[in-house]
Amino acid sequence: MSLVARAVEAAGIPTVVVGSARDIVEECGVPRFLFTDFPLGNPCGVPYDRGMQAEIVGLALDLVETAPVPRTTVQSPAVWNASDESWRARYARVDDSNRDSLRRAGEARRANQAAGGS
Amino acid sequence: MPITHRQFVSYIDRTRNYYEAQGYGRPYAWARNTDVPFTRPEKPLSESRVGLVTTASLWRDQKVVSGVLRGDKQVYSAAVAPLPERLFTDDLSWDKESTHTDDVPSFLPVPQLEACAATGRIGSLAERFHGVPTDYSQRQTIEVDAPEVVRRLHEDQVDVALLVPL
Repeated sequence: MSLVARAVEAAGIPTVVVGSARDIVEECGVPRFLFTDFPLGNPCGVPYDRGMQAEIVGLALDLVETAPVPRTTVQSPAVWNASDESWRARYARVDDSNRDSLRRAGEARRANQAAGGS
Repeated sequence: MPITHRQFVSYIDRTRNYYEAQGYGRPYAWARNTDVPFTRPEKPLSESRVGLVTTASLWRDQKVVSGVLRGDKQVYSAAVAPLPERLFTDDLSWDKESTHTDDVPSFLPVPQLEACAATGRIGSLAERFHGVPTDYSQRQTIEVDAPEVVRRLHEDQVDVALLVPL
């Protein structure tokens, strides 16, 4: 999506990206980025939290008006869950509980591909 | 509380380690650019039409204004009103253990922007939103999908685009 933002901006339409994968967006390089420090899936706010969702879109719009230079990142002050940050360790984790099953899944997929599957 | 590591998740590191654990030797090479384009808004937001772009796609039974349906990995467009009650996100990489995508406004902010239009914060919300596939091939995105999104946003005469990747 960051590549799309760059193309849209280059075509003369100001853009703002709202997203939670900070490193991916910033390495690609976009004009304006509102970073929401949430698990991937709900960049516009906690599900059903209408107040937070409105605030986040408001910040994204502010950024369109105020960003002085490209690569302007603003971090939303909204917090996913103040008392539980366990989500940070969860996505695509590799640990003793799944190391063997990940290795086997990779082997099975490659064997399937070698046999002409998808 | 003091920390020893930065707190925000590095998805580049996480993804590399995850595929390495599956025995894939060559890590995915993410896009990296030094130059970034920049266009200043030509008019106040209160007079601007805002367009929306998502990485989510439609279910088979949902109506497409223009384009094709899920799984076909092509740009599509659909009406913002009525807002779809659900969108197809199973094929995307998001944290399926920590959250869910049952609440569409949590990733496609249509009601929020409609409220902004009602109060005059923005001029209007474009009548359709656009979906773009997250393709493994950056070349596909740069040469095919991104120009198609640009074409459609111009067609909608939007002044500002809000892009929300899951």
